Amino acid sequence: MKCIIVDDEATARTIIGQLCSTVNDLDVLEEFPNAIQAIKYLNQNEIDLIFLDIHMPDFTGFDFIETLKNPPRIILTTSDPSFAIQAFEYDCIVDYLVKPITPQRFQKAIQKAKTALVKSSPDKSVSAQPESSAGNDLYVNIDRRLIKIDIPSIYLIEAKGDYINIKTEDKNYVVHSTLKKIEDKLPDEVFLKVHRSFIINFNKIIDIEDNSVLIKKDVVPVSRSNRPELMRRLNLL
Amino acid sequence: MEEPNLSYIESMSGGDIAFEQKLIDIIKEEFPQEKQVYFDNINSDNFKNAAENVHKLKHKISILSLEKSYIVAVDYENSLLEQHKDGKEAFESILQRMTEFLETL
Repeated sequence: MKCIIVDDEATARTIIGQLCSTVNDLDVLEEFPNAIQAIKYLNQNEIDLIFLDIHMPDFTGFDFIETLKNPPRIILTTSDPSFAIQAFEYDCIVDYLVKPITPQRFQKAIQKAKTALVKSSPDKSVSAQPESSAGNDLYVNIDRRLIKIDIPSIYLIEAKGDYINIKTEDKNYVVHSTLKKIEDKLPDEVFLKVHRSFIINFNKIIDIEDNSVLIKKDVVPVSRSNRPELMRRLNLL
Repeated sequence: MEEPNLSYIESMSGGDIAFEQKLIDIIKEEFPQEKQVYFDNINSDNFKNAAENVHKLKHKISILSLEKSYIVAVDYENSLLEQHKDGKEAFESILQRMTEFLETL
């Protein structure tokens, strides 16, 4: 994969460059301190992936995306998790990394980018049972039908033996799969595993009490090991 | 009081000492510039730009593993966006600690 890095902070570009150097088939062709220079470069060069900072002076990452006619895959990088929902509006965005970026989280983002590239490739081999698309949708296989689920509408996923129950605003879907598999398909910034049997949509929380979370009418247990991450993400007053 | 350290940098360098030094050098060059821009803006009551400067500085606060200080910076950034300076002293104290730490490297 050929990529570029767009970030006005040299420190951030250096860290992302170092993380890229740990991936065998990922080449950083250029780094840019602003979006304007990157646009000029993209007018004459084809690349597969952009690491893009959202918060840049004058021309934000979202402004930048709007200028691209055929944007490549994009991994957003930011210190501000609150843009995650807006990021969902763009099909080209495959992941959203909150700084400081850890190597583990970076590797996961690269896997998502690779998956998205394979899916968009014209000579790709068609999967017999595709489970997801890089965007707002998730396809699940129920009774030999691939049913599309709007990801933001999911508020809770519960593991039940060999099945998972996906609860959305409209209806519930019981799918033969595991919590781990679906967790890998969902954006980390919106979904959080709070218990070995539950993943919640962070945006649908009504309230939190000691070791449980209320989502819609469901009271979901929060395990001791997952509680620190839940608390870390809260915008506490 | 929480102190800056290199644990994040070491965790993502994979033991590459040359990279660690390169990153530290870049931070030592970039941090004073960002700090100065912040002070220029806050001293002229340019709240919006100062908030953007704090936003940018947050990344370096987290790189130096100052987790509690990061929360202080988030609060201060929000305060500036509301045209207040609540948290200014605490934030600038963090900048001072970072400055002193970087001088030791």
